[in-house]
Order: sequence, then C-alpha cells, then structure tokens
Amino acid sequence: MKAPPFDYAKPTSLDEVFRLMAEHGDQARLLAGGQTLLATLNMRLSEPAILIDIGGIAELKGIGVQGSSLRIGALVTHSEIEASGLVANHAPLLSMAAPHIAHRAIRNLGTWGGSIAYADPAAEWPACLVALEGTVVLRSAQAERRVAAKDFFIDLYTTALAEGELVTACEVPLRAEADVFVFDELARRHGDYAIVGMALAAQRNASSLTTSLTKARLVFLGMGNIPVRAPRCEALLQNKPLTPELIDTAMASLKRELHPMADLTNSIDTKRHLASVLARRALTSLMREHVPA
Amino acid sequence: MTPTHPIHLTVNGQAHRCSVAPRQHLVDFLREDLGLTGSHLGCEHGVCGACSVRLDGKVVRGCLVLAVQADGRSVETVEGLTDGGTVRDLQDAFVARNALQCGYCTSGMLMAAAELLRAEPDATREAVRLWMSGNYCRCTGYQAIVDAVCDVLASRKAGVLASPKAAIPAQGAAA
Repeated sequence: MKAPPFDYAKPTSLDEVFRLMAEHGDQARLLAGGQTLLATLNMRLSEPAILIDIGGIAELKGIGVQGSSLRIGALVTHSEIEASGLVANHAPLLSMAAPHIAHRAIRNLGTWGGSIAYADPAAEWPACLVALEGTVVLRSAQAERRVAAKDFFIDLYTTALAEGELVTACEVPLRAEADVFVFDELARRHGDYAIVGMALAAQRNASSLTTSLTKARLVFLGMGNIPVRAPRCEALLQNKPLTPELIDTAMASLKRELHPMADLTNSIDTKRHLASVLARRALTSLMREHVPA
Repeated sequence: MTPTHPIHLTVNGQAHRCSVAPRQHLVDFLREDLGLTGSHLGCEHGVCGACSVRLDGKVVRGCLVLAVQADGRSVETVEGLTDGGTVRDLQDAFVARNALQCGYCTSGMLMAAAELLRAEPDATREAVRLWMSGNYCRCTGYQAIVDAVCDVLASRKAGVLASPKAAIPAQGAAA
C-alpha cells in the first residue's frame, strides 16, 4: 500500500528538531532510518501529519570511546555496528548480534537509536543494551539525562522517553578482560523476527581449571513485553563451576522463571523450551571453551 | 494535499531536479517519475526485496526510503548496475543456471548479490544463503540463484588468482 499524505521537514540542528517537536506534538514522528516507520506508514498503521527527518543531525552520528564507555550515536546504522572495529573490541556482544538483524538492505539504513527508542520486544538491541547494563542518553530542549537500560524499557513499545525528548546515543561499559558474551537467536528464516533470542554477558573466572561465571546477565528477546532477564537462573550460576549438572539445574529453574506469551505459531511451552535451548547452548559452549587441551 | 518538495539527486550517474510529494517512496519515484521500471514493487513494506536499489553505494529497500530523503544523494538502479557491465558475469550465471523464471525478483536479486560479491568475496554457500535470505523468489526455490552467485564467487576468485599471468599478454597486446 501507499503511505497516507504527510508533510516533511529536515532540520539541520537539534534546536530546530525540538522546536518542530514542540510545534507539532503528537502529530509528528521522528524519522531516523525509517525501516520500521516507513513500513508502518505504507501499511497505514500510523498517520502522522509530519515526519521530522533527523538524518542530517551530525551530533547523533558516530561511535567513540568516552572514558570508560563506548558511545554509540542514535543514527549509527546496524551495518556500521556490524563493521566497526571499535565495537568488536569494546562491545563484542553487539558485533555478534548485528548479523541477526533483518537483512543487509535493512541494516544499511536502520539505526541503533531507532531500535532502542521503538523498543520492539523482539528486537536485538534492547536485549543487548540490558545485558551490557548500558545507559540511554536522552535530550530535550531543556536538558540531557541518562537512564539505565533496565529502567528505560517500561512496557510494550513504551519507554522512559518523555514528551519532547529524543534518544541521542547510548553508552555501554568497555569490555573488561574477564568478560564473556554470547548472542544467539532462533528464527524460522534468517533475518525474520526471532521466535526467541538471548544475549548473555558475564565475567568468567579464569583462576581455576573449571569455568565459573559471575554477574551473569541472561536477557531474552521475544519472551515478553520488554527484554526479559532471568535473575533466579543468574543467581544459580553465580560463582559455581559450570558443569552439565549445574546447567541442568539452571535450565529447570529457567523454565519455571520465564512466562512468555504465545505468538501465532509458537505456544508458551515452545517458547520456554527454545529459550532454554539457547541458554543451554551458550552455557555449554562457555563450559567447553575453558577445558584445557 | 501537502506541498511538494524540491529534490536534487543523481540517478545512475545522471543529475535530476524534481519535485516530489513527501509520501512518495523512492521506487515509485524511480518508476513513475523517471521511467526506470527495472526496480519492482512487491510487498511495499520491506519484506520481499524486489525493490532493492543502491543509495550512496549501499543496497537498500527502495520502498522504505522516501524520494525526498534521497535529496542530495546518489541512487543506482538495476539499469545503472547492468549498463556499467560490472555484473555481466552475474547476469550470465543467472541465465546459465536458470536462476529466474518470471523474473520479477531478479533485479532485486542482482542488486543484493552485487553487494555480496563486493563485501564478501570469500563467502561460503551458507553465507550466500544467509545474505540472499532478504530477497523473495516465488519461482525458483532459490537453489539456482544460490548456484549462480556461488559460480560467480568461484570464477572471480579463480580470475584473481590467474590474473598476474593473464595480464602479461594483455599488456603486451596493448603495447
């Protein structure tokens, strides 16, 4: 279908963006990469009066190290993250996740900040940001503020973004030497929305012959209204040698802990099972990697 | 009606000054305003890949870009891609392998495969399948398309390996 009529503005400064947002309020939508917005417009699921194209705002672009964080600008595309050496060095979880996002043609335009702000519960970046304990940087005409990822995603497509604010960037802590990461997802066809996905971040204890994890964060996508953490399962893993028995115990606990919603083709039990498949694969690979040759 | 917006863009190397309604997406603009009907429209919400074009050198979904967003930028369609001769071998491989039947998806397939050949010259068959998974074909069952792309990857690799020898007579002939 064709999009309904709307007006279009392409401001060249953030001040101008905020002025347009204030002027048009609810009638305006911000256009970044447009890979979700333009599809919803073509399907007439949304009929804004005006699109404010923020694609020309330089300060929303770029990836850089700032102190102990990696800053990823809102307009950085999925492809740029996929190809970034800085991301591979300092936040490799994101490098692992990027190829799973849709298809190349969509990754070339879709943006990091768009994905965070839209907060699709089946999207990869929100789950990764929660696993990395990152921070969302928000700006309004008056002020800038920072919100922890765990507090940013509130409910289905609902975030801590207030009226008149936009996401300018996110910050994730630089990878430490002991940090390990796994990203995996299960989809019917590569690039489709995942049935279930999982981002795992943890510190690996390298002092013994067995592997143990501390501060593990298991975050699932497609399992609820927001990225879903598994704190009880994480607590079970804390500082204990990773063994097949421990993984069995953790998976039994995980299945009791997760309460997904069914979708058109996958029941609650299927999703719960698939989540445990991803977690088991990840933990098993971390256990095996450490076995001395 | 919302007012139209002036845009100035390059399409297949040629500069155009036009006026577009904000709601018009890039492929409708290319097809209807410029008469470049090589890019096709399938689903019109970013799923099928039939509308793939290059924007500033990168393959994108033409239905998920507004024409007005292309202001000041460079667009390349399948017409430009094939006129340039850079994917002659890919087109030949599509014919040789029967990688099309109705042909509706083919321009999008060529755009996607062309970027793969550039970005991942060492791609495995599995990597080709993953890369091309964003383009739908309802005729071939995909095997022939993947075969064609793999043929070109292999022949280009062999060509690169053989080129130092091959270059000698060519230089001699030119001198």
